[in-house]
Amino acid sequence: MQIDIKAKEVKPIRHTYSHIARRFGEDKPATRYQEAVLDVQAVDNFHYRPTWQPDKELYDPTRTAIIMEDWYSFLDPRQYYYGTYTMARAKQQASADQSFKFVEKRNLLDQIPTDVKQTILDYVVPLRHYEWGANMNNYQICAMGYGAAITSAAAMHGADRLGNAQYITRIALALSDNDTSVLDNALAGWTDKTQWQGLRKLVEDSLVVQDWFELFVAQNLVMDGLVMMLFFEKLEAQLVAAGASTYAMLTEFIVDWHAESMRWVDKQISVAISESEANADLLNGWFAQWTDAAQGALAPLADALFDNGSEVISSITESLKSRAAKAGVSV
Amino acid sequence: MANKLNMRDRYKLMTRLGWETSYQPMDKVFPYDSYEGIKIKDWDAWEDPFRMTMDAYWKYQGEKEKKLYAIMDAFSQSNGHLNISDARYVNALKLFLQGVSPLEYQAHRGFARQGRHFTGEGARVACQMQSLDELRHVQTQIHGMSHFNKYFDGFHDFAHWHDRVWYLSVPKSFFDDANTAGPFEFMVAIGFSFEYVLTNLLFVPFMSGAAYNGDMSTVSFGFSAQSDEARHMTLGLEAIRFMLEQHEDNVPIVQRWIDKWLWRGYKVLSLVSAMMDYMLPESPMSWKEAWEVYFEQNGGALFNDLARYGITVPDYAEICTKEKEHLSHQVWGILYNHTAAAAIHTWMPDDAKMNWLSEKYPDTFDKYYRPRFEYWRDQAENGNRYYSQTLPLVCQTCQIPMGFTEPDDPTQISYRVSEYNGDKYHFCSDPCKAIFDFEPEKYCHAWMPPQQIFQGNCGGEGLPAVLEHYKFNLGADNMDYVGSPDEANWNLWKGLNGSVSGDVKAS
Ligand SMILES: [Fe+2]
Ligand SMILES: [Fe+2]
Ligand SMILES: [Zn+2]
Repeated sequence: MQIDIKAKEVKPIRHTYSHIARRFGEDKPATRYQEAVLDVQAVDNFHYRPTWQPDKELYDPTRTAIIMEDWYSFLDPRQYYYGTYTMARAKQQASADQSFKFVEKRNLLDQIPTDVKQTILDYVVPLRHYEWGANMNNYQICAMGYGAAITSAAAMHGADRLGNAQYITRIALALSDNDTSVLDNALAGWTDKTQWQGLRKLVEDSLVVQDWFELFVAQNLVMDGLVMMLFFEKLEAQLVAAGASTYAMLTEFIVDWHAESMRWVDKQISVAISESEANADLLNGWFAQWTDAAQGALAPLADALFDNGSEVISSITESLKSRAAKAGVSV
Repeated sequence: MANKLNMRDRYKLMTRLGWETSYQPMDKVFPYDSYEGIKIKDWDAWEDPFRMTMDAYWKYQGEKEKKLYAIMDAFSQSNGHLNISDARYVNALKLFLQGVSPLEYQAHRGFARQGRHFTGEGARVACQMQSLDELRHVQTQIHGMSHFNKYFDGFHDFAHWHDRVWYLSVPKSFFDDANTAGPFEFMVAIGFSFEYVLTNLLFVPFMSGAAYNGDMSTVSFGFSAQSDEARHMTLGLEAIRFMLEQHEDNVPIVQRWIDKWLWRGYKVLSLVSAMMDYMLPESPMSWKEAWEVYFEQNGGALFNDLARYGITVPDYAEICTKEKEHLSHQVWGILYNHTAAAAIHTWMPDDAKMNWLSEKYPDTFDKYYRPRFEYWRDQAENGNRYYSQTLPLVCQTCQIPMGFTEPDDPTQISYRVSEYNGDKYHFCSDPCKAIFDFEPEKYCHAWMPPQQIFQGNCGGEGLPAVLEHYKFNLGADNMDYVGSPDEANWNLWKGLNGSVSGDVKAS
């Protein structure tokens, strides 16, 4: 065939896009991740001022106080672009779905003692609202952030948080035999019960943070770091010990997701800090300020859940600090 | 026994996760959705345009991605680009990657912003999913075209070009306009006008063009994106229904936005019209036919539905009806003359194509355009291919060079002027002038390529400096297809005559 004869003449004239070759310093093949994110956001010659924020450009690096020479340093160690992201989550949701089906088919949740069930309904289910706040904050980071690398990952992270809220909702419905009043009660707990008010205030305060990188530190490093440890490690261990091991099958998605996401979060933190001392100062300050606030916000919940609430809080705070220190935060 | 929840109620539980904030005021948490004057009495009246929980989203989208990337991989491994009809076709893809893919990215960011900032949760979740879909579109397009980039010019610096090159200012300013608008206007601009009313005029020409010209990679993308687009259309329609039903005061605001955004979109699509009628070696349909089916018929039915809210067809629709006979020819003429400064190739159609154009445009092509094009073709064949060395005045609103004629007189260039703060602004048409006149404080800031070049903001004086600033590979990215490396490579790969004519004209 003609094509076979000519095939040896069909040689590529270049290996990747020029904006990527310029970054490499040479024309060589790029990965799909690199082609999917690098320089994809417009940076120059914007036409109009945002009517919703007339003092800024549409995409504007000054929506945070940190300064980066190259905003595409914020790469994702997981190398998620849309395709790899959805395929990874599709797998995880398939296994979560299996766990739900397994548990529901055998009525395994019936074996959880009533008071333990009630603890889950009162002290885990309201977190669907916490996750909703995290969803909003990550879409804010996507909307207001700079550079397609960190903003695209934030959109995925925001979608993950909606997913988490939906898994928590599913757990509540599974525990209650689809009695939707448990969700109303959880909302009432979130908005009115004293123990939750610290955390709700913390979330609401985060919703009005203007600096998107401060928001990243507050939500994705500090608040999530402490909340995930408190509820999905410490409390979960206590619940399992009290007979809720089937419940632990249903939180697996969230637990695995958090372990995975930490790699992305910590990498962004270390990139920002290693850029400059000025950035490091900002991040150290944000970390200290939000850790302080979050500790206080979570204390009433820890006191309600554990005999040694304050010890639990100091132990998770210590772990968060050592995690942050590894990413370069001075704690 | 488990109590049953219906789909609709269950989806509400999965998405209505918000609360009335009290430690921070609601209008500080949602600062952006009230300043446009749209009145919302009850966000609970929002009807979810589709119901997809995240797990279902991941599952379906992940499956689609797996299939799509398998096809793209196979396409590259088998050098699928050799199966296209002709290398001229690839210029349609260049235009797409330079002009449309960056808009997909813009849509991703715009929907992310509304996905955070609408007060209503149902609207937010739907916008968030569209934001993710649009990220998908820009990334799969970059990946799909990555293979073409390895074998053809005109792809390699698309992001850099989108921010700078004069004709790309047309799509860029369009989306900058939408993204700098408030959230409700954005939904009318993109969700409704673009995704619902005009989307078929963008995607059908490109995707059926790809099918007719043997580009299976792009066809697969089109099929794969279809279910995403179906969701986007329902969101756009719900957004408009919701605004119109919430308060009667919203109706005139929405009408003005529809008028503005269908015109803005139509002007962007004029680039597509030239692509359809001139770039595609095998044309599935003419621009005029597409306009008749997808705007006049389908759009007509839509406006009949919207009549009960008091929404009417924009009164300039008549201009479009008259222009459909001329649009593609005039735009192709502009691109042809300014190809020295464009990252696409142009060429004059051969006899077969001219005859096809005569057949599709019996009232205008032979009368107004064929003589001109045949003259240009003769000139080129005699070694006098004409390239304009300057940039013409462009319209302050749509940013297309002033090459359109009066709706009622195809021999007269249409030309309008407004004055604002002592400065004169020029427009291609009455609707473009009207858009400016309503919001001059916004449109006077537009980044106008010719003015920027004259002010020395694009690399310096003269075409060579500008082209260097554009980072063009001279004689490869720009100029006529005839004599281009694209042509030489194609002839070499396909074993066609003329594969020795490797001499490339420099500008
Ligand atoms: Fe899209
Ligand atoms: Fe779309
Ligand atoms: Zn215009």
